[in-house]
Amino acid sequence: MPRPTLAELSRALAAGETSSRELTEAALARIAAGDERLNAFINVCADEALAAAEAADRRRERGEAGPLTGIPIAHKDIFCTAGIATTCGSRMLENFVPPYDATVVQRLADAGVVCVGKTNMDEFAMGSSNETSYYGPVRNPWDVERSPGGSSGGSAAAVAGGLVVAATGTDTGGSIRQPAALCGVTGIKPTYGRVSRWGMIAFASSLDQGGVLALNAEDAAMLLTAMSGFDPRDSTSAEEPVPDYVAALHGELAGRRIGIVREFFDDGLDAGCAAAVREALGVLESQGAELVEVSLPKIGLSVPTYYIVAPAEASSNLSRYDGIRFGYRHPDAATLEELYKLTRKEGFGAEVKRRILTGTYVLSAGYYDAYYLKAQKVRQLIADDFRRAFAEVDLLAGPTVPTPAFRLGEKLDDPVQMYLNDIYTIGANLAGLPAASVPCGFVDGLPVGLQLIAPAFGEALLLNAAHRYQQASDWHHAQPEAG
Amino acid sequence: MALSRQDVEHIADLARLEIGDDEIADMVAKLSQILGMVAELGAADTSGVEPMAHPLEMAQRLRPDEVTESDHRELYQQNAPDVVDGLYRVPKVIE
Amino acid sequence: MVWETVIGLEIHAQLATRSKIFSGSPTAYGAEPNTQASLVDLGYPGVLPVLNAEAVRMAALFGLAIGATVARRSVFARKNYFYPDLPKGYQISQYELPIVQGGSLLIRLPDGSEKRIGVTRAHLEEDAGKSLHEGLGDATGIDLNRAGTPLLEIVSEPDMRSPAEAAAYMREIHQLVRYLGICDGNMQEGSFRCDANVSVRPQGEAKLGTRTELKNLNSFRFIEKAIEYEVERQIDVLESGGQIVQETRLYDADRNVTRSMRSKEEANDYRYFPDPDLLPLVLSEAFLAEVQAELPELPEAKRRRFVASFGLRDDDVATLTASRELADYFEAVAATAEDPRLAANWVLGELSAALNRDGLEVGASRVPPHALGALLKRIEDGTLSGKLAKDVFEAMWRGEGSADEIIEQRGLKQITDSGAIEALVDEVLAASEAQVQQYRDGNHKVLGYLVGQVMKASGGKANPKQVNELLRRKLG
Repeated sequence: MPRPTLAELSRALAAGETSSRELTEAALARIAAGDERLNAFINVCADEALAAAEAADRRRERGEAGPLTGIPIAHKDIFCTAGIATTCGSRMLENFVPPYDATVVQRLADAGVVCVGKTNMDEFAMGSSNETSYYGPVRNPWDVERSPGGSSGGSAAAVAGGLVVAATGTDTGGSIRQPAALCGVTGIKPTYGRVSRWGMIAFASSLDQGGVLALNAEDAAMLLTAMSGFDPRDSTSAEEPVPDYVAALHGELAGRRIGIVREFFDDGLDAGCAAAVREALGVLESQGAELVEVSLPKIGLSVPTYYIVAPAEASSNLSRYDGIRFGYRHPDAATLEELYKLTRKEGFGAEVKRRILTGTYVLSAGYYDAYYLKAQKVRQLIADDFRRAFAEVDLLAGPTVPTPAFRLGEKLDDPVQMYLNDIYTIGANLAGLPAASVPCGFVDGLPVGLQLIAPAFGEALLLNAAHRYQQASDWHHAQPEAG
Repeated sequence: MALSRQDVEHIADLARLEIGDDEIADMVAKLSQILGMVAELGAADTSGVEPMAHPLEMAQRLRPDEVTESDHRELYQQNAPDVVDGLYRVPKVIE
Repeated sequence: MVWETVIGLEIHAQLATRSKIFSGSPTAYGAEPNTQASLVDLGYPGVLPVLNAEAVRMAALFGLAIGATVARRSVFARKNYFYPDLPKGYQISQYELPIVQGGSLLIRLPDGSEKRIGVTRAHLEEDAGKSLHEGLGDATGIDLNRAGTPLLEIVSEPDMRSPAEAAAYMREIHQLVRYLGICDGNMQEGSFRCDANVSVRPQGEAKLGTRTELKNLNSFRFIEKAIEYEVERQIDVLESGGQIVQETRLYDADRNVTRSMRSKEEANDYRYFPDPDLLPLVLSEAFLAEVQAELPELPEAKRRRFVASFGLRDDDVATLTASRELADYFEAVAATAEDPRLAANWVLGELSAALNRDGLEVGASRVPPHALGALLKRIEDGTLSGKLAKDVFEAMWRGEGSADEIIEQRGLKQITDSGAIEALVDEVLAASEAQVQQYRDGNHKVLGYLVGQVMKASGGKANPKQVNELLRRKLG
């Protein structure tokens, strides 16, 4: 029998069939039993969770509960949580306790959501396999020898493995959609500016966007409705009204034009994955959507563009980790020079160092124009491709990832191979567009994801299409056997 | 695009990163590999294209000039590795 | 060989906003260390900047005041470098597209001549914190209260040819930002700081010589002395066959030397790029029209008007217009009294003396301008002699009332009734036969004595001029 979804738990709470305390204790028990195997959590905050659960139950008694009140979820450890350690997967922040809540955390808490813990992630969200985490790799619930993807791998594994019903994530180049696909859950990355970045530890500021990983589109819609909206503390937060994404789920797909991105079905795409995605597109067609092939001619340049823009921004964003005001500080630093160099040598892992150095290089004197400026121009060309495509269609569709989950360690020594894992997802980040991944089948017992991309602030249609697809398919009900 | 050990040491110095002797060879190789991959962009024709700094086509919002923050030094310095008399202590800065 | 000095200045003016440029922290000077450092100022993980509207208005006001182009679209960029007083490891500044572009300023030189100095640009940026060395042994302490204070960095063209011109330009900018009310100009507290780029070249040579950047020139006196020293140093180096190293040098006021700053030696590669946390700053025509409307009369214009409409001496005008408050006070006095010269003398004389004595700003003067004007009227209409007027002023300063009240109370009205004076004169002449005789014998010096006697008899109230005339007439 399928595990309960967030929406079902919400109804059960409303009907008084269960309490937040009961749900939270159950989630904590599942984590205690199952996380040994998955390593999806960096930090479990049982006491705070139980206190929040009781507060939620009292709130319900007072008749002040909303649809999310009392639901236990997990936050990616990139979101600052007041009084609860936030490591960003790095040794640099091993003992860092934020004095404030990220806006995402605050808004969900205001809605009564209970946070049971902080999920594992690639260090500073830099990775596609979760292997760069200082706290050890997360394991894919479908095959613990394989990667859950990254960087929100802990969140994806925690949801897929049934430890929590949903979790927050962030997506800079695919960090929500790729692990969602590899773990067989539903993930959505909203439009850039839709969800506040305040309190979300920065990787690449012009690309980072917070979102959710959940069991299905309806659950994602419930959380996204609460998380989204204008935040005066974030200059890049959009002053766009937030529709009720749940209410929008049920719209008809009849007459909707869905563009199949030709370039996404390239030689790099695993044949099994391609078949699963094409089958899913057929389902959308049977729902009344019209399928048309579209081309994004410059999308092939999205990986090199991203690996200039993202490291450049990251190299600057990570300069604040100097061992002076917070975070790790090397004990033997005798001079200022040593304080910086030893602290950053020991505090950062290899992949973070590679990106800092790549970013420093592409911004440095004599290289800026050839690399960074060039990348910004190509970014414009890629965004233009999407603009042209959306003049023709309502949504774009294709695979989320070229292959199913790879073995842990398989790509660890080949950064470029690792980077190419994000080849289909990066485009949406460069253009700032909302995109989702929904489970659409299996290859050799490993999940495959269908990616849907919408125009800016088209989350409602995105979730509507995903929900419609899930009404007509049951891949999202599949769950791995607990080991 | 092959980087030399000196190139890597120079940017590592700019980034205040110590690269151990055990790391340097691997770092040189992998960075060269990454820069080789991104070098693909050189071929793209971008003549007359406006660089895109940001996905949002919005202008900067302005904040009214009001004091909204109060003193939380004690709380904020709980994360600081070395504090003396409310100051963050660092090794001597030579000017 | 004859050497020509070439100087350009970079002035950092702290904008007088209540809160910081990217956070809601207060900007007050002198608070306990790190008590005015918010999460944003500390560069905590996850925080983001939001731009202060007032800092933008002030920068635009400055731009319009120097006839610059105020950019309709400007961009904030990150200047990346590591320094303990720079919390994020980068300073948010403006690079390719600053808010103020071009413009110029007329400076007045000691010899009275004028020269126009070009301004290359002025851009908004955040200040850094402070490194404190005292009492920490071999350590340095970092105070981030100042971090994030809004700065307007004003960069001049290399148009200055002498330390005196540099000082005059610095004074002119200092006066302007205070006129505009965008900076308190307090150099002791570091609200107004100046760096100088100095080079020398053979007279007639078109190409600029290698320059050094002098830091820490935080007084009008220092800037002249520091540049003088540095120019001599450079000439010595060059004439002894050496070469100038492009470097940053610190001025040591105590020893009056400049020395190389080792910490800034390394070739800087700031890796500027547009700050992705901030969007382009776009200013509308309507906004700029509003700011334009707020522009006060600027020092240059005020000086010309004072010379033209009041016929005052240049040096008096310079002093009267040094601050907007003093100039306004003077104009209010001159509006009541008829003679602007008399008004100028009193404002620069009695009033300034009294203010200095009590350590008061002109705005806090115990004698408001219209009251001083009323006093001066009594001099003009002959009611008071200059000497009596000074006594009355002191009384007014002590708060004993208006000029007319005090004149009334003390019966200080000058005696101008010739009948009354004639009576006194006759008394004195009758009582001074000896002196009268001496006068008639040709010793006219005794007249002074006789005048003194009459004044004495009148209790100082007789009009000395009238007394003189009467005595002369009567002594024939």
